[in-house]
Amino acid sequence: MLSVPLIYGLAGILLFTFALRVALSRVAFLRRVLAINVAGAGIFLVFISTAYKGAEQAADPVPHALVLTGIVVAFSATALAIALARRLNRSADND
Amino acid sequence: MTDAMVWAILIPLLGGLLAVMFPRFSGLTGIISATTMVIASLILLTLVASQGPQVYLIGGWSAGLGISLYADGVSSLLLLMTALIALCVSIYAISYFRHSNLGKHYWPLWMLLLSALAAMLLATDLFNIYVTLELLGIAAVALTALDGKRPAVEAAIRYLVLGLLGSLAFLAGVALLYSGYGTLDLATLATRIQPGATSWAAAALMTAGLLIKSALFPMHFWLPPAHANAPAPVSAALSALVVKAAFYLVLRLWLDLFGLSLSGWTSSLIGLLGAAAVLWGAWSALQAERLKVLAAYSTVAQIGYLFIFLALIMEMPEGMQRQETITGLMLMALAHGFAKSAFFLSAGVIQHRQGHDRIDELAGSAQAMPITTFTLALAGISLIGLPISGAFLGKWQLIEGALYLQHWLLALVVLSGSLLASAYVFRVLGKAFGQAPYPGRVLSNGMQEIPAMALALIATLVLGLASSPVWPFLEYTVISGRAG
Repeated sequence: MLSVPLIYGLAGILLFTFALRVALSRVAFLRRVLAINVAGAGIFLVFISTAYKGAEQAADPVPHALVLTGIVVAFSATALAIALARRLNRSADND
Repeated sequence: MTDAMVWAILIPLLGGLLAVMFPRFSGLTGIISATTMVIASLILLTLVASQGPQVYLIGGWSAGLGISLYADGVSSLLLLMTALIALCVSIYAISYFRHSNLGKHYWPLWMLLLSALAAMLLATDLFNIYVTLELLGIAAVALTALDGKRPAVEAAIRYLVLGLLGSLAFLAGVALLYSGYGTLDLATLATRIQPGATSWAAAALMTAGLLIKSALFPMHFWLPPAHANAPAPVSAALSALVVKAAFYLVLRLWLDLFGLSLSGWTSSLIGLLGAAAVLWGAWSALQAERLKVLAAYSTVAQIGYLFIFLALIMEMPEGMQRQETITGLMLMALAHGFAKSAFFLSAGVIQHRQGHDRIDELAGSAQAMPITTFTLALAGISLIGLPISGAFLGKWQLIEGALYLQHWLLALVVLSGSLLASAYVFRVLGKAFGQAPYPGRVLSNGMQEIPAMALALIATLVLGLASSPVWPFLEYTVISGRAG
């Protein structure tokens, strides 16, 4: 019988591998950036699923704190990626 | 006194913020930050030399609750290298960006990069390492794209995507380790870790991520365009420091965490990739048409040597030989850091002066820029690993280690790598010493040429002739015998 945290963990791993495949393939840059974000979400899901300690006990707070930090990091990296893509687009228009 | 660790991280961060607020004084804040880092790392180095590894608990919170910093022989030496290179590059950058408006973007990012490097070298917690890895990656990508021209932005985008994939793989490994062992502190984890599916998968994910970041063959393809298209002070920092920081993490992980329980065929694989990197990098450097592309491929080759070292260390039993090999690795890493930054800075001087860095048209550089050509030659001596340079001692240890483990082929690879390196270095020098009228000035741009030469002198003479204190220093602070 699959436990709930295990299902979340497996879903996270599945999400990560699917997204990784897209991120490594030759698709438009924006799609690859999105894929990297989805892969990140997969890892966050795995992380969060480890916080579960059983129905009676409080969840482990450490993974939540880490995932929050991870989301901030992923956000800033995405912003940088999009800024670079826009710069590239603009220089393509000028050429 | 262990506060020095915090200062090495905080002062550049503060300097970066100040540089955003007061762009007019950004050069000055850069110099002050780098100088503080030099002083802090010297204090740390003397502390580690006299009292062994140092731990600093930020805010007094114990490990597990708060964030702690840790410095041993390896990290404090690398921190000193980072600080010295940062100081020389900062002095150079003031002159380099004097007549362009890129400076106001350069300084904040540069100081953020320094802060991230210091934090990474001193971090003890896997999640903090991940955060510093991302910080370092973001600052490095933004610096690569600094001039905003198409090749640079394209290289930066490729660097960013691969860097993000690398750090995601690392993060996935961190998540696995946390789920398996319930801690992220390296020292605690080292005591709990068991060979098994979890630690194997985590080791594979984290190592794969870091191999992308440290540009080990065949994941090196993002490096040459990124390093060759960035402005000279940036390329110097990327090649000398950023790539090496990722290697430092691989070293830390395998020696502290996975080494004893997990090596085996991984060491053969890492050694094989390292050997391929040495040959491929040096061969591509020989084909390069531009000086900066040559330097970038040479970095690929030099990183290969570091990974061969790692492979040998993983196979060696504890003892004298292993310790000597670790010392050799450190000498090699330090020598490459100083030599490669000197090389890139000199390439920048040549590019500024001649308007290009095509190797075939370097004729007359020796007459026009004697100091810069001298610097290139000194850095070249260290890249080849000729005697009296620090790299010579390092390579000697490498060959000795390879022979000790009876890896004859690896020793042969190291020797042929040196031969190829001397071919590409002398190709540049041969062109540079071509005939041209003598302009009558030895120093054309002191503020750029002197820092570059200082770095090259450290790489060859200081590390070569005065490296004797480094040996016992590293022997006392064994990485694997990490204090808890």
